[in-house]
This record gives sequence, C-alpha cells and structure tokens, in this order.
Amino acid sequence: MNGSGVEFQRAAAEAIADTTHSANREQLGRKLPEARKEAIDAFGGDATFDAMRRDFKQLREHAQRHLGHYLEQFVAKARENGCQVHFARDSDELNRHVLDICIGAKAERVIKGKSMVTEETGLNVALEDAGLAVRETDLGEYILQEAGEKPSHIVAPALHKTKADIRELFLRQHALGERDLESSAAMVAEARRLLREDFLHADVGIIGSNALIAETGHSLLVTNEGNGDLCANLPDTLVICTTLDRLLPRASDGMAMLRLLARSTTGQALSCYTSFYSGPRKHHDVDGPTAVHFVILDNQRSDILASDYREMLHCLRCGACLNHCPIYMTAGGHAYDSVYPGPMGSVLTPLLTSLEEAEALPNACTACGRCEEVCPANIPLPGLLRDLRAEQFTTRVSPARWRAGLKLHAWLVLRPRLYRAVTGAAVRLMHRLGRKRGVIRHLPFAGGWLTARDLPAPAKQSFLSAYLDQQRKASRGAKP
Amino acid sequence: MGDSPKPRRKRKPRVALFVTCLADLMRPAVAEASVALLRSTGVEVVVPPEQTCCGQPGYNSGDYASAAKIAQQVIRTFESYRYVVLPSGSCAGMVIKHYPRLLEGAWRERALQLGGRTYELTCFLRDVAKYKPTPLANTTAVAYHDACAGLRELGIKTQPRDLLSAAGVKISELEQSETCCGFGGTFCAKMPGISAKMADDKLRDIEDSGATQVLAGDLGCLLALAGRARRQGSSLEFRHVAEVLAASSSALDDDGIATAKRDS
Repeated sequence: MNGSGVEFQRAAAEAIADTTHSANREQLGRKLPEARKEAIDAFGGDATFDAMRRDFKQLREHAQRHLGHYLEQFVAKARENGCQVHFARDSDELNRHVLDICIGAKAERVIKGKSMVTEETGLNVALEDAGLAVRETDLGEYILQEAGEKPSHIVAPALHKTKADIRELFLRQHALGERDLESSAAMVAEARRLLREDFLHADVGIIGSNALIAETGHSLLVTNEGNGDLCANLPDTLVICTTLDRLLPRASDGMAMLRLLARSTTGQALSCYTSFYSGPRKHHDVDGPTAVHFVILDNQRSDILASDYREMLHCLRCGACLNHCPIYMTAGGHAYDSVYPGPMGSVLTPLLTSLEEAEALPNACTACGRCEEVCPANIPLPGLLRDLRAEQFTTRVSPARWRAGLKLHAWLVLRPRLYRAVTGAAVRLMHRLGRKRGVIRHLPFAGGWLTARDLPAPAKQSFLSAYLDQQRKASRGAKP
Repeated sequence: MGDSPKPRRKRKPRVALFVTCLADLMRPAVAEASVALLRSTGVEVVVPPEQTCCGQPGYNSGDYASAAKIAQQVIRTFESYRYVVLPSGSCAGMVIKHYPRLLEGAWRERALQLGGRTYELTCFLRDVAKYKPTPLANTTAVAYHDACAGLRELGIKTQPRDLLSAAGVKISELEQSETCCGFGGTFCAKMPGISAKMADDKLRDIEDSGATQVLAGDLGCLLALAGRARRQGSSLEFRHVAEVLAASSSALDDDGIATAKRDS
C-alpha cells in the first residue's frame, strides 16, 4: 500500500537502490553536520549561536512586519544609485522582464551566477527559447548544465554527483582529447578555462541575491568561487533576480545574517567572497556594468506573508535543514521533484504550487525535529509541515483511506470502553498469530508496516485489562 | 528545586501512570515495569482506567479536530493527580508541548496546568523521585537509541543514561545517536521503503557499536526497529529502558520485543 506520494516514493526507491550514490549521500549526511558543528563550536557553541538565531529571527520578523516600508526605501535607494527596479508577479513575468532587458542590450550571450529564483522561474529555458546562449558559471550549476540535470540541493546543486560522475561527464562533453582528470583540481581547472571564454564574451550577467539592504539599496551576495563577481562586473548589463523576502533594513543586519549563513551551510566562518553590488559604474570607475537591473519576484510570497506560514519567508537558503534531514539524505534531492527539496522545500513547494501537486512533501517527514534544531532562522519546520498535513486533511487531499482510518481510530479512542473491547480482541488475535515466531508477517490493514518489517507480536492480554481484572479480584476479596 | 527536599512521608503523592497505547497493547511488560519502578520510589501509583491514546497518530497526520477532542479527554482523565508519568518521550511531549497548541481558552490553561505536572518516566525517576536503581547482576553490551521527540522536545538524553549507569549498565554510544530511526509514527506506514532504509542505517550503527541489546524510552521506535531487524534476520534484542531498570519485574522473562511469547 502506498499511503502517499507514489512518485516521491518511487524516486526515493531508485535513489536508495543506486548504492554508489546512496553511500555518497550517507557520507555527506555525516560530514556536513560535523562541519556545521565544528564551526559553531569554534564560534562559542550552541548558546552563542542560539542567541544569534533569536536575534536574527526578531530582525526578520521586524523586516517582514514593515515590508512595505523597507521595500519602498530599497527601491528609492536603488534608483538613486542608478539601478532600475522591476517587479514580477510570477515566473513568466520575471522571465519576460529579463528577456526584455537582454533584447534591449542586444545581447547574444548570457552568463549566470547561482540563483534559485531563476531555477524557480525556469529562466534558462525562456532565454534559450528566445535564441540566447546561456551559461551557468557556478561550478555545480555548470556541471548540471553540461549533464542536462536539475539541482538536488539549494546550495550545492550537484551534491548528488560523485567525482567519478563529473570526470566521466567532462571527458564526454569536452572534446579536449586525452588528458589527466584524476584530481578534483584538474577538473576545476578545466571548467575554469572553459568558463573564462564565456565570462569574457558575455553581454549580460544574471545573479541572485542573499539580501537586499534597504538603507543603501545594495544587494549582498556570497559565493565561494567568485563567479558571482565576474558575472556582476564583466558584462555591460547586470540583472539581479531576487524575491521580496530577501529585504533587510540595514547593512549591519546583513552582517548578522553572514555570521549565521556560511556556518550553517558549509561550516565555513565566512564564504570566500562577500560582495555588495551598489549599481552601475560611476564615471571614475574603471570597470563594472553600465546598467544594473533588479527584478523582484513575488510568486505567491505575498500570499505566504499573509498566511500562517509566513515564518517560511525567514529562510536564509543555507541548506542546513537539507544537510540534517534523514529523509533528504535517504531519498536524495531529486525525489522531491522541486527546485526546493528537503524540509524547507517540503514547506515551500506546496505553497508555491498546491497541496495536491506537492501532496507527498509534507508527509516526507518523521517529525524528528533536527531541521528546526539547526535552522539559523529558527523556522519551526516540523510544525509547518504538520500544519500543511492538517490542511491536506481538511481539504481531503490526503488519501481517503488514511483519513477514514484516522477518523475511526479517533472515534474509538474517544470511547474508552469500546476501545478496550475492540483492542482487546485485536490483541488476542495478534498474540495468536505471532505466538510461534514472536512476530506477525501477515495482517489485514497493516500493509504499510508489513511491507518492510515484521510486526512484533503483543502479549496475550493488554496491560490495562489485566490490571483491571486484578483490581476487581482484589476488591472482591476485600469485601466482608 | 535546589537541594532535594525529603519527600514528606505523611501522604504519598499520587502518580497517575499514562500507560500509552503501545505499551498497553503491544508490550504490557513496559507498563508493569513502570508501575514497579514508580512504586519502589514510594509514591502511590494509580492507573486511570479511562485512558486510551494521547492522540498523536491523528495529530501528526493533520487531524487536529479529533486530536483536540482526545487532548480534552486526556486532560479530564489525568488532571486530578499530582503527577502524570508516561513511559514514552513522544507521548509525554504530546501532552506537554502539543496539547497547549491544540487547545484554546480555558482548555489551553488546563493543558498547560497538566503539562507542568507531566513527566516522561526516566525524567520523573531521576529528577522528581530521585530514584536510585538497584545494580543489575549481569548486563550485556547495550546501545541506547535516543528517540527524537524525547530528545528534542523534552531534552531527554542524560536521564536514562544516568539511571542505567547507576544500575551498572554500560552503554556503547552510537556514532549517529541523534539521527532518526525512521519510525515517525504513521510515516513508517506511509513511506515504508524510506523508513526501512533509515532503520537499516540505524541497525548497522547499532551493530557497529558492538551492542547486542538495544534500549530506548519509546516503544514506537523499538517496535519498528525490532520489526525491521527480525525481517532482516538480525538477532539484536530490544527492550524498553523501564524493563531493564525494573529487572525484578516479569519483564525480563522473555528475550525482548518481537520474540516468541510464553503464555503464563
């Protein structure tokens, strides 16, 4: 029986059966949390980090409460700085804005830094359909573009690929004859050499943003490869694609975010490059773009802001919840079939699409609570996932059999005497079925459990009925 | 708090045992052991007969309306006692952390009141009753599985370990002791394949630790792990921590969860 998410479970089963990549994920599931822990211990331990998380949460709440104010401030400042600001209600609008900008710049070649927002809108396809050459320059995204695959992680998009996978891919994709690609360094050098051409000849650079600073109108970006800076500074036109929820009031708030971000993500104290983009080149600047555009996407976010799921907009996109989620590490990122996998994705995806389309995701959770424990923005992810399941329950999105079973269970639980009689009979039956082996292998209505495990057999009589029998006997004996 | 005041002996505090549905139906030995342990600390143990289930299956699957009704039933059943003790971190967490979220107004107040007097068994034994375990004669290599809800909602980590080590039980710590075992209540039936892989990872971690017996404070995890271990032909032995601490009870008459039962 498949309770929910047939597709999700099928994809997960395939990912589990692929033992090489499954073992790779298992390794990462150990290493990434260790790296985070070391970074936090080095920074003063959990207590220090918790205090910073609480502060940052307050900051996010404040920014969210006054979003209109800070958005106006940001737009005014950015325009003062010489930037153009565009708003996009949905994916199509963002793609159209960016395409118009490219057409206006008479662009043929586009380079991109890593941007989950443009993954969300499917920008690459829109630009390529219009005849533009698009090159991803983040190493992970570059690998995936070469492989024709989608990201499996929001920070490390090619996390699902092993070194051997990438070597094989490069040898196949790059007609560079015989060469030594044994080391990671050799592969990186090859990618860098090939990407250099794209960097030097691109007409438009497209990047994302980690934060929009309202008081200055600047955009903050962190990368480890420096590719974001090359995308931002080499082409004549820079487009920054981002969303409303990246807004922070002050530059110092960006610092508060940076203290949490890389530690949560990779276990670094700080990522290699941290940049503020302030606008087009001034007359005394020697380089930089001549035109800078912000395209700010809504795509359901203002609805989320008005809903009980608004805490999801506090997300930093650090990926810690993915790195610590046993289900993400078991099923792999692609099983989620979403730009945003793992716990944060399981909350966000149904809100961006629908409860029906993303039916499996809120259920892909054991409520173990590890994601909430490590989230730098203190987002109550398991609680939000449960709330989504509650919505699925009341709107009848969850499977009818499950709902009926749960309703029946609750009905029985609320009638203690009947509950005792029914469960008593069930216990006697199960005891008989499992007496010989101690476990049960076949039982109606227990298909979900019995698919993968035996059911331990119960004792002959439930505790309470034995206890109550005993008490009755004792009180009878006590009577004169 | 502070220095442990001697409990007044005049009137024993009344402790209601919330057996939990899994212990009641699947493993009565856990309930027997809990009664024995609590009694040995000098409290009066009451087992209210109206109790059934704490409502987690529906709550975690999103049936908040039914869960709220069940929460009210539990509050009515247990609120007249000085303490409520449950041999399960997740059920205790449900009462302490989640009932107040489910209910509103006066019911929420009652839920908070009850939550303040509700304890998971090992927390109660160590921190309230100041229970001193009797040393056990022969102990095997034991792994302790930290059930997630107890660990993260109630901070249960040192409580069972302190009690077990006072009883002379040596614990081989798991490398990934804070990783979920894949049970997750209805999750294990909704997504059995993923759940089984998570259980396999946990079982391998246990075997790597050299332990032959697995203890935990939550029957859900234990039943799910034991069920998977049996399916895979593993001979690991599974027990609730209460069964081991109350070594004198009938709990140790068999070879643990998911082994052939002797009819008494």
